[in-house]
Amino acid sequence: MLRYLITRALSLGASLIVASLVIFAMIEVIPGDPASFMLGLNASPDTVAALRDDLGLNGSVTTRYVNWVGGLLVGDFGTSYTYRVPVSELILERLQVSLPLALFALILSTLIAIPVGLVAAARRGQMTDYTIMGATQMGIAVPNFWFAMLLVLVFAVQLRWFSAGGFPGWDNGIGPAVKALTLPAIALALPQASILARVMRSSLLDVLHQDYMRTARAKGLSVAQATRRHALRNAMIPVLTIIGLQFSFLLAGAIIIENVFFLPGLGRLIFQAITQRDLVVVESVVMLLVFAVILVTFLVDVAYAVVDPRLRRPA
Amino acid sequence: MIKIQNLSLSIHDTPILQDVDLSIALGQVVGLVGESGSGKSMTALALMGLLPRGAELSGRVMLDETDLSTLDEPALCDIRGRRISMIFQEPMTALNPVKTIGDQVAETLLIHTDTSKTDALRIAAEKLTRVGLPQDRFPLDRYPHELSGGQRQRVCIAMAIALHPDLLIADEPTTALDVTTQAQILDLLKELVAEEGMGLLLITHDLAVVAGMADHVAVMRKGEIVEQGETEQLFRTMSHPYTRQLLEASGHAPDGDAQPSATPLLQVNGATRDYPLPRTRLFGPAPQFRAVDGISFTLNKGESLGLVGESGCGKSTISRAILGLEALQGGEILLNGTPITPDMDPTRRAGLQVVFQDPYGSFNPRWTVEKLVAEPFHLLGKRPEDWRDRVRHALAEVGLPGEAMTRYPHEFSGGQRQRIAIARALILRPELIVLDEAVSALDVSIRADILDLLADLQAKHGLAYLFISHDLGVVRNVTDRVLVMRAGQIVEEGDTDTVFAHPQHDYTRNLINAAPVIPPAWRTA
Repeated sequence: MLRYLITRALSLGASLIVASLVIFAMIEVIPGDPASFMLGLNASPDTVAALRDDLGLNGSVTTRYVNWVGGLLVGDFGTSYTYRVPVSELILERLQVSLPLALFALILSTLIAIPVGLVAAARRGQMTDYTIMGATQMGIAVPNFWFAMLLVLVFAVQLRWFSAGGFPGWDNGIGPAVKALTLPAIALALPQASILARVMRSSLLDVLHQDYMRTARAKGLSVAQATRRHALRNAMIPVLTIIGLQFSFLLAGAIIIENVFFLPGLGRLIFQAITQRDLVVVESVVMLLVFAVILVTFLVDVAYAVVDPRLRRPA
Repeated sequence: MIKIQNLSLSIHDTPILQDVDLSIALGQVVGLVGESGSGKSMTALALMGLLPRGAELSGRVMLDETDLSTLDEPALCDIRGRRISMIFQEPMTALNPVKTIGDQVAETLLIHTDTSKTDALRIAAEKLTRVGLPQDRFPLDRYPHELSGGQRQRVCIAMAIALHPDLLIADEPTTALDVTTQAQILDLLKELVAEEGMGLLLITHDLAVVAGMADHVAVMRKGEIVEQGETEQLFRTMSHPYTRQLLEASGHAPDGDAQPSATPLLQVNGATRDYPLPRTRLFGPAPQFRAVDGISFTLNKGESLGLVGESGCGKSTISRAILGLEALQGGEILLNGTPITPDMDPTRRAGLQVVFQDPYGSFNPRWTVEKLVAEPFHLLGKRPEDWRDRVRHALAEVGLPGEAMTRYPHEFSGGQRQRIAIARALILRPELIVLDEAVSALDVSIRADILDLLADLQAKHGLAYLFISHDLGVVRNVTDRVLVMRAGQIVEEGDTDTVFAHPQHDYTRNLINAAPVIPPAWRTA
């Protein structure tokens, strides 16, 4: 187990180094000077020179890379050109929305998908199965912003159970904050749950045909007991992979939903930074997202090892 | 105590079993023999109440005074694993990979009795020790992937006998195992029957296995029991023609009038093949596993050479090197005096073809037979003008009609597919065909036909065969010379009849002794 974790952790470190090099190189190869690029065509040479100085663009490539990575390691992400505040502050503020929203949506999606997939697999080829498959097909096909608007119309405009958008912050208590995130989380979770339920169904169907399920039945377990005791854990292995991918997507991919609900999240931050050519913010947020993706992949690998003894203790 | 009376079964209106009558007493071993599709396994599943959806059953399955066919699902669950239990053919996949063997054996106790988890694990340990998996070497927290096939089958047996069932059903329990492992598992089953006083229904395609195990034998064909009786009596009389046919087919020796020449075709000189193992240190070199360890042999033109050995001995590894699919780490392999390597000229591969074990997995299911058989032509660069005629001719040689050309592999039976595979190997008129367990997956009567076909083709075209098999009986009947391989080395080689009659190496002797045989005296009739 320890060996497995160490190799995974080493590959995590290596991926981060490669990612930082790629992101740094991308900013480097943008044609022309980053400072004049950020300031636009009409900037005076003095302003450009001042910004170059500000950004530390006057050193060699190696020095700049080492400074940037060194800064990242101690939490110094540089200063945003447009907001005039440290990028770390911006990110922290936005993460307070994006991280809980992603987690909320992921938990919702998993809670919906696993039982739904289970029922569909158990009723394979019956009306319930067809209904579920049809519904999940719709869930995947319909864009989530449309769901989001529908949710707003029904629950905010008509029923007035939730507000139509905005985020009160965590200072006013957990209740209002969670309430503000509920509709966006549902809108994000439904398409993900549709995908996950289908993965769960097919993975479970695979497992239900394995020889060890027959062995379990021959022992005297009922279909339900055999499924619970022998099928679920084996069926979870592919499901974990998808959950990992979905979390990474939910963290940064919520731009549209954040816009529909006026949420100050990471997605909106990076979107605005790109339109305002704030390369310092772009660079840092992208690096942070890469880090999140790689970390989640690592956690999924750890989860594999917990579920599957063949990884924990190779023969 | 178990009595099957007039049992008939159909699945979605297809008749599967007709009027099956069979009884098994406590302490008795009943052998149920037949070819694939004869209904042996369905009989077992009917006993267990585990028939697939759409099954319609008539007749009675009496366990003492209870008719199992009238019980509902919860009542059947109570009987399965407690009074009737079952083990299956594939021990490699029969256990849940994510649960420990202790938990899986204890589960039988936990679901049927009020035993505490601790007690259940203690009993599981006793049962595992009883089936030959002592706690000091095989603790309860082992996972299935840490055990070999034979050891996993022992775990399945421990699971099945944990509650002293009245009847154990063993469905081809040793078919997937090596011959020495098979002998150990069969001995274990025999001991358990005597000790526990349970009945054993042993389902197998192998007459020799039942001859050595069963008190009573039933022969099944197309869903009917054609003959049954006390074992020795049944073998001595063989009153039904089908039983006789099965017996003859199982020991079938084709008439080989082919005369091997003394000219060497294939020469293997000190061949060594290493595989890298997973690294143990991050930056150290990966350790190597030597699968083939400096072996040498010669195969003459027109000769049949057998290569026998148990799984993992290196026989498939050397065959891949002979086919030029993998490079050697030492030594050389020569075909007609020129080295075989993975990067040799493709036209040289034309002289060297192969037929594999699995007639289902060896074909692309979306290709027509015509395209499949013609595939080796790409080795020559382009297809000859008359390629269709050649395909038709090759199919005719293996006994398939020309109409087969436009059909797809799934439209053929296992035996027919193996004929297609042979046609594909023949199309370029090779000098050597490697037969890698080519008849192992076939029923005995089909196997006999294929062996005859191979012998005819050999006589006609002067083919040389490298016949790789774990089945000593077949190798004995079809090869001129034999090599016995163990742990990457050849431990014995010689004329087939001499090696089988007077084995020199202990390992060869063990292999021959472990292979089940029908007592020669029983065959006299």
